[in-house]
Amino acid sequence: MQFIQQLINGVTIGAFYSLVALGYTMVYGVLKLINFAHGDLFMWGAYLGLTGLNVAVALLGGPSVWALVPVIIVVLLTVALAGVLVERVAYRPLRSAGRLAPVISALGVAFILESLARNIYGASWKTYPPGFSVSGGITIPPGVRISTMQIIVLVISFLLMGGLYLFVQRTRIGTAMRAVSLDHDVSRLMGIDVNRIIVIVFLIGPGLGGVAGMIVGLYYGSFDFTLGWVFGLKAFIAAILGGIGNIPGAMLGGMILGITETLGAGYLSPQWKDVIAYLLLIVILIFRPTGLLGERVAEKV
Amino acid sequence: MTTFQSTLDRLRTIKPLWWQLGLVIVAILLPLPLSDYYRSVLWRTGLYVMLGLSLNIIVGYAGLFQLGHAAFYAIGAYTAGLLNLHFGVPILWTMPICVVVAGLFGFLLTRPIIHLRGDYLCIVTIAFGEVVRLALVNNIFGITGGANGLSGIDRPSIFGFELRAPIYHYYLMLIFLVITIVGIQRLQNSRLGRAWMYVREDQVAAEAMGIDTTRVKLLAFVIGSAWAGLMGSLYAGKITVISPDLGKFLESVVMFCIVVLGGTGSIPGAFVGTLGMVTLPELSRPLKAWRDAWLGLAMVVMMILRPEGLWPSRRIRLELESEREEAAASAVTSTGA
Repeated sequence: MQFIQQLINGVTIGAFYSLVALGYTMVYGVLKLINFAHGDLFMWGAYLGLTGLNVAVALLGGPSVWALVPVIIVVLLTVALAGVLVERVAYRPLRSAGRLAPVISALGVAFILESLARNIYGASWKTYPPGFSVSGGITIPPGVRISTMQIIVLVISFLLMGGLYLFVQRTRIGTAMRAVSLDHDVSRLMGIDVNRIIVIVFLIGPGLGGVAGMIVGLYYGSFDFTLGWVFGLKAFIAAILGGIGNIPGAMLGGMILGITETLGAGYLSPQWKDVIAYLLLIVILIFRPTGLLGERVAEKV
Repeated sequence: MTTFQSTLDRLRTIKPLWWQLGLVIVAILLPLPLSDYYRSVLWRTGLYVMLGLSLNIIVGYAGLFQLGHAAFYAIGAYTAGLLNLHFGVPILWTMPICVVVAGLFGFLLTRPIIHLRGDYLCIVTIAFGEVVRLALVNNIFGITGGANGLSGIDRPSIFGFELRAPIYHYYLMLIFLVITIVGIQRLQNSRLGRAWMYVREDQVAAEAMGIDTTRVKLLAFVIGSAWAGLMGSLYAGKITVISPDLGKFLESVVMFCIVVLGGTGSIPGAFVGTLGMVTLPELSRPLKAWRDAWLGLAMVVMMILRPEGLWPSRRIRLELESEREEAAASAVTSTGA
């Protein structure tokens, strides 16, 4: 039974990784850029959620679960706009500057975002105001317990991921996005406004990341400014595991990583759980060099 | 005329040597009027220049993404520390061992993943860096001292003379710096160096010309890692306390930025990059709280203004210019269409 319990915990953590991994993978799809700033945008989601909830508590005179909805929407919009701003200022001028320069620019943005968070909120651990995390849960007969919070996290995550998948597969903008990820020039010839699609990607990716940040804050209750780096790296690994640029791949990668990590911590050693996650990545890449769902790219001659 | 021409040619070949000699003399005199603090800052600068140059072999010459370079620096430092503490090996004698151990790790870690392309290689190097750091933190084999690391390492001593003051460490560093630069210049123009650049430019074509790309890329990793290991032992000898923080991701990022910010594949670039990434932030300690923000801003602005780096090698600059012209040309055609 302990196994099923661990599995459920792993899927919950995997859902966080998947949500953040989507941002990495979508940006990589259209720009072929590892957006190192994404983890820090995600962390800003957690901090903005904290401020939002504190404001809500002050305005309403106490915690109310209904305040969560407007706060989540504000966080989503703010982080999405920040993502677009980052693209406009730090990445767009470097579109034709080779592969290395945008990576440095992305690392620079990550430094800025992290430093801002540390200076504004302080380096200490921050705790979400009490009263917003839902207690209780259900116990399935032989002793497996699922908390209400886990159910909420899973429902929200799967709704967001399913919605995104349908959006990319079924709508015109989604089709354009897939076209842009294949070839900018040809997309342009087909009448697609490539810059507009890239802006949309930078709205959706960081937006989802911001929401994930706030949910992580609610789920764990407390965090500090290293959250962006810790979760960002894991999510990035999830994206690579699944095959970067591939949206279902990011979801799969996140789940595998979350489950492996929890099982590794439970059955082997909690100290070595990160090492287990990294070794999993390395082993998978040795045998599938472009990730689990990544296409094999033939080298052009 | 012919003699004049030949003297001119000789002058041309001699001139850079004089330049370099002049620079070495300046480097020897530089720390004399400074306080111990600034001497230490200079020592640190030189150390990071060498780390940058060692990473430059991998990133600049062979064109491979390596974002876990600090792991080899840490491996070197721990090799020196452990040998010194447990077996009483003098620090200077640990140096060749550090080179071999770090190079060996470089080989073992990169051999299975050398076939990965671009960004996949990049993430695996990050993962390896983290695995090494976490192994040190978790006190692997019970010898690495966990998160606190090792302390009480001996300082290097030459014929019984212990190098204590920062200035001696500075001169020790300078000797290695000169060796590094001369070595890298020789390497750059060697058969291997040219093979690296060929692989960087076009791996398929390089393979068609009979270059064993796997071997050449592995050699870049091994040589770069080995040299980073040596830097670890230099560090251990001066600071005498080492911790797993040496191998943290931020260190790798700093080294990576030194290479790219200065200009990939460029030796003077490594100096400029170190000034920007290490020396100036160190000297601007009063701004501590906002230092990272300024550093990040400078990185973004620099890349936008000079994507080829501050002091690029000529080859790379030309390449980027032609690429940008191509991009401009294709943009014109697409708006026209």
